[in-house]
Amino acid sequence: MIRITTCIKQVPGTTKVEVDEKTGVLKRDGIESKMNPYDLYALETALKIKEERETELTVVSMGPPQAEDVIREAYMMGADKGLLLSDRKFAGADVLSTAYTLSQGIAAEELPDLIICGKQTTDGDTAQVGPEIAEFLNIPHVANVTCIREVKADGIVVDMDLPNAVETVEAAFPCLITVEKGIHQPRLPSFRLKMATRDREVPVLSMKDFTDQDETRYGLKGSPTQVVRIFPPETDREKETWQGTGPELAGRIHEKLVAEKFI
Amino acid sequence: MANIIIHQNKITSREDLLEVCPFNALEWEGDALVTNAACKMCKLCVKKGPEGVFEFEEDEIVVVDKSLWKGIAVYVDHDNGNIHPVTHELIGKAREMAAKIDHPVYGVFMGSGITKKADELLAYGVDEIFVYDHEALTHFRIEPYTAVMEDFINRHKPSIVLVGGTTIGRSLAPRAAARFRTGLTADCTILDVQENTDLDQIRPAFGGNIMAHIQTPAHRPQFATVRYKIFSAPVCVDPTGVVTVCDVEEKMLESRIRVLEVAEKQISESIEDAEVIVVAGRGVKQEKDMAMVRRLADLLGGRVAATRPLIEAGWAEPKTQIGLSGRTVKPKLIITCGVSGSVQFAAGMNNSDLIMAIDNDPSASIFDIAHIGIRGDLYDILPDLIEKLEATEKNVCTADLTA
Ligand SMILES: Cc1cc2nc3c(=O)[nH]c(=O)nc-3n(C[C@H](O)[C@H](O)[C@H](O)COP(=O)(O)OP(=O)(O)OC[C@H]3O[C@@H](n4cnc5c(N)ncnc54)[C@H](O)[C@@H]3O)c2cc1C
Repeated sequence: MIRITTCIKQVPGTTKVEVDEKTGVLKRDGIESKMNPYDLYALETALKIKEERETELTVVSMGPPQAEDVIREAYMMGADKGLLLSDRKFAGADVLSTAYTLSQGIAAEELPDLIICGKQTTDGDTAQVGPEIAEFLNIPHVANVTCIREVKADGIVVDMDLPNAVETVEAAFPCLITVEKGIHQPRLPSFRLKMATRDREVPVLSMKDFTDQDETRYGLKGSPTQVVRIFPPETDREKETWQGTGPELAGRIHEKLVAEKFI
Repeated sequence: MANIIIHQNKITSREDLLEVCPFNALEWEGDALVTNAACKMCKLCVKKGPEGVFEFEEDEIVVVDKSLWKGIAVYVDHDNGNIHPVTHELIGKAREMAAKIDHPVYGVFMGSGITKKADELLAYGVDEIFVYDHEALTHFRIEPYTAVMEDFINRHKPSIVLVGGTTIGRSLAPRAAARFRTGLTADCTILDVQENTDLDQIRPAFGGNIMAHIQTPAHRPQFATVRYKIFSAPVCVDPTGVVTVCDVEEKMLESRIRVLEVAEKQISESIEDAEVIVVAGRGVKQEKDMAMVRRLADLLGGRVAATRPLIEAGWAEPKTQIGLSGRTVKPKLIITCGVSGSVQFAAGMNNSDLIMAIDNDPSASIFDIAHIGIRGDLYDILPDLIEKLEATEKNVCTADLTA
């Protein structure tokens, strides 16, 4: 049997968000939320492996108690176990402290053979959490995976997408991969599984359950990056409308192209 | 700064108090017990000392000594020694910032058989390029690449590390940042540096709805990734920098990843990579008129793209379709010729830096998104424009030619 853990995140259902003026931290309460769409591909990849081989699939999420919803959704898609990392001390985490918290949560039990993360999130956007988790767990990672070639007893063969080439690599377990959007079409939650998993628990871990009890490594305190300020993007360039005869317009375009250093 | 507070009033006996600390960091200053510079903040005194005397105050973050971290390093992104142009752009930005704080600009170049390629980077104004050239670094594998980056950082202590937002960069930068337990800001669009060497990083968040200004105030090095074509390549200089070849130790090369096969991807240069795009729409009346559009694109060193109806008519290749069911592009310049600007088309190009639209219908919706709306007949404008361009001598970008 192989053990797979997939990291999933609850993200706001819309991209309209509020910012806490004082701390510069995003307010995530009271917004309709959903599973990060990119994580659906990670979950689907795990489920595809599970169809082929005996697999125990755990989903782990860090978030407020409401993030239980995305774990339930994963149950409805076919995940076996869930783990919610929830603690006020995790609040305000940046990439580093998010990755650290997830790595502590994942390592709280026996390390899985394979960890699968999505490519990025729709809210934080960073695509960096996967590699950082791998670093904290001291395991290899392969990013930008477009295809799972083979799952072996002691490792996995995958295709990694590079700008000019596709590299086929074998990574020994335990390892972490981040998968590209489109690797597999994610399935919809099933009603049958919804009924079957209705009473399944979602275990919650907080900092006290972790090996590392150093509070300065979690949440805002454990975040080396600080949001100094959040502001709306600059408004677009000023718009201009040109009219005239063909040659006049050709002349103006030419001047503009020279001025903007295109010629 | 985190602190040990000593409650003098709770001290009942002076005896053996100094022995509580194994680092000899406790001393008497007159009647008061104080900690000295030897304090490691280990909190042993809090645990082992008499009840209530020692208290650890941890609210504030420990700030590194920033003066120990000097230099702006750029990761040299390359494929088999072919240096990715994002590297040049980052060097340009690094130079700009380095000049403000009087720091050197470094290049970190790792791979196999690349040493001879390092020279070409000096013309971009790098002060020192550190080359790690070893056969085992031929293919990108995360552990050796991170180990090399770690070695470089430990030896040279750069204040800032800039990495291109390429496939490799996005995998390497977070891994290295986590190793140093420091901050990383991804996909920055604006970078600047403060006098105290803090990096101002601005990046879009939430799909561009919000811009976030981010700093890494207490940690070094400060990692940032930047995508290709955000900054401009620098003008060339007379090379004054040096290339330093570094030792690659066996222990850096350990990896649990094996590269089995590397398949070249078919790369016909895609419209996504083009800096200049000229788009033909249905305003182009006949297939043979595509030649005019192509000529314009050629003269601007750009690529031709088309709207869906033209693709369907077979006038252009499907992979040159822009829009919802085609490609998304963000060139520096896009000129549309006879394109009405349907939402489906606009979805694929409305983030372009400069949109110039030629259309003879004043109510065409392309004018809502164009920066410069040119109301006129493309058949009157293009031949004249082409003639003018042919007459202009081409002023080539020197930076890229010396490379
Ligand atoms: C689900 C879906 C997906 C789609 N995906 C795409 C997509 O990915 N890409 C795409 O392009 N379309 C897509 N479409 C089609 C899209 O809706 C439009 O039909 C298409 O973009 C229109 O192409 P056009 O601008 O070339 O043609 P038109 O809309 O016909 O516009 C031609 C323009 O040329 C102007 N013109 C005519 N003669 C001249 C002249 N002599 N000089 C100057 N201007 C002149 C006209 O005023 C007009 O504005 C999609 C549609 C659907 C329903």
